Amino acid sequence: MADNKKLRELKEKREKLLLGGGEQAIEKQKAMGKRTARERIMGLLDKNSFSEYDLFVEHDARDFDMDKKSLPSDGVIIGTGTIYGAPIAIFAQDFTVAGGSLGLMHSRKITKIMDHALKMRIPLIGINDSGGARIQEGVNSLAGYGEIFFRNTISSGVIPQISVILGPCAGGAVYSPALTDFVFVVDNISKMFITGPEVIKTVLGEEISMEDLGGARVHSEVTGNAHFFAHSEDECFEQIKKLITFIPWHNGKKARAFDAAEPDKKFNISKIIPEDPTMPYDVKDVIRAIVDNSDFFEIMELYAKNIVIGFGRMGGKTTGFVANQPLEMAGVLDVDSSDKAARFIRYCDSFNIPIITLVDLPGYLPGVDQEHAGVIRHGAKLLYAYSEATVPKLTVILRKAYGGGYIAMSSRHLRADFVFAWPSAEIAVMGPEGAANIIFRKEIMSAADPDQMRKQKVEEYKIKFANPYVAASRGYVDAVIDPADTRKFLLHGIEISEYKDVPMPAKKHGLPPF
Amino acid sequence: MTTSEDNLGFLNINSGLYKTRISTGFKNRKAYKPADPKLILSFIPGTIIEILVKVGQSVKKGDDLMILDAMKMKNRLKCSMDGKVKKITVENGTRVPKGIVLIELE
Repeated sequence: MADNKKLRELKEKREKLLLGGGEQAIEKQKAMGKRTARERIMGLLDKNSFSEYDLFVEHDARDFDMDKKSLPSDGVIIGTGTIYGAPIAIFAQDFTVAGGSLGLMHSRKITKIMDHALKMRIPLIGINDSGGARIQEGVNSLAGYGEIFFRNTISSGVIPQISVILGPCAGGAVYSPALTDFVFVVDNISKMFITGPEVIKTVLGEEISMEDLGGARVHSEVTGNAHFFAHSEDECFEQIKKLITFIPWHNGKKARAFDAAEPDKKFNISKIIPEDPTMPYDVKDVIRAIVDNSDFFEIMELYAKNIVIGFGRMGGKTTGFVANQPLEMAGVLDVDSSDKAARFIRYCDSFNIPIITLVDLPGYLPGVDQEHAGVIRHGAKLLYAYSEATVPKLTVILRKAYGGGYIAMSSRHLRADFVFAWPSAEIAVMGPEGAANIIFRKEIMSAADPDQMRKQKVEEYKIKFANPYVAASRGYVDAVIDPADTRKFLLHGIEISEYKDVPMPAKKHGLPPF
Repeated sequence: MTTSEDNLGFLNINSGLYKTRISTGFKNRKAYKPADPKLILSFIPGTIIEILVKVGQSVKKGDDLMILDAMKMKNRLKCSMDGKVKKITVENGTRVPKGIVLIELE
């Protein structure tokens, strides 16, 4: 450029703004064990791929002396870049500028990049690190949140939306992450709550630390608000990058295909499951025995562990897995596990990802707390999600498939495309003990030795009904297969479902029981 | 390959006894107790700002017993049965958590 002075001016302006809240504030940020917003974006995106927009945006608030305050870039960085070559729209709140508080221009920057993401059909990543609403901006700040929530909702199921909580995210602010697909949290850094410990103490007199109220662990183990838990920001970024490799850019596209790879031989699929249907095993080992490279990317690993969800690849193609986990709570369905699985199934269905369901469950968890917590309504979510999903649905019944649990776990009746069963499968209206007690009640009660009679009747029932062949004789199971052939059948099933097309009746939207 | 024997217990589902890990939530669940009409409980945490009855006073179902200030609302606690006030466990200004007994009736 001819006019070097102007170029210098740009450089100077930029340099000042790139420091965000200034060196002191940056030091404070580091002392909290946190990276700066800019470092986070750089750590997440491919090298030199970041294009920043709205660096020069300023607020124009007047009240409460705000006209005398300059907030660099209004406390948020926005732009686009790539992760492993995939396009990404990103925003990162800058805690060093007025605590990352959200004012009108701050929110306009976020909604600008959200609009871009939706228009361009590219994934959106939001890094949250903010004290909350910028009180001085009053209702404008609230308007900002509302505009963000609206866009989260409209973009839902069209582009992937990822939230990363790397600092406080409190009050209304929590609802943007809650509306997105995946929430990432980091131990000791992430804090999410509607009302903080201070308010709880003043109003209710209850004392609780921020960590116990809304720390990373709480949201990963107890509330189910978070999907990925990491010990450090670095680990968190690796998780996000890995997730990006599994999902498509938008709902009109499939996830990038990788080269097919065989599972690791150390996972011997024929030797994982104990014959006794009451004995536990880790169903993740079965998944690892099936997926490419034995690479299973689990989601919500710490929440409702009785069901396992996550991504793997089958012949290089992203596949969603839903599996009962006999190792945890016998793999029962309950309020939380139904909720967890149903949402994941809807995710897969939105983004063209086939679903493989591995079944081994004794039924639903009995109990007053479950009934009162609405296991009917929550359990129904699972039926709804499976029925509604039109992506390829493949089911393998490994062992127990009793009663309502059998129906819910992607059965033929909910339009699974392929239902396979292992010879160890027991597809029945209920477990042999329960069934024998009901069907043979009279014989058992009137026997000279009721216990002996019960044992005998349980055995009879087992032989007659605790197998895959009754269901197979009705065509509810398509094939009873040798466990060793599981991957072969699934690969083939996915391959021939590539262009699956199921017309659904026209409607505005359904009414899932949420 | 995590089927180590530690932390495994048994869970009874429809008469089947399954060996498995029992979640802390399940272990810590509270046994169900039906509501006792003789006990007036705080249904929300807050502060007692007015007590409208005295011990020994006869009360009718639906009477106002006390006012619990919570969430910027002055909530009137209603009597759950016809009877007498046996015991009042709080005073004006007492801050109460959720679910504690405020009044016993007889």
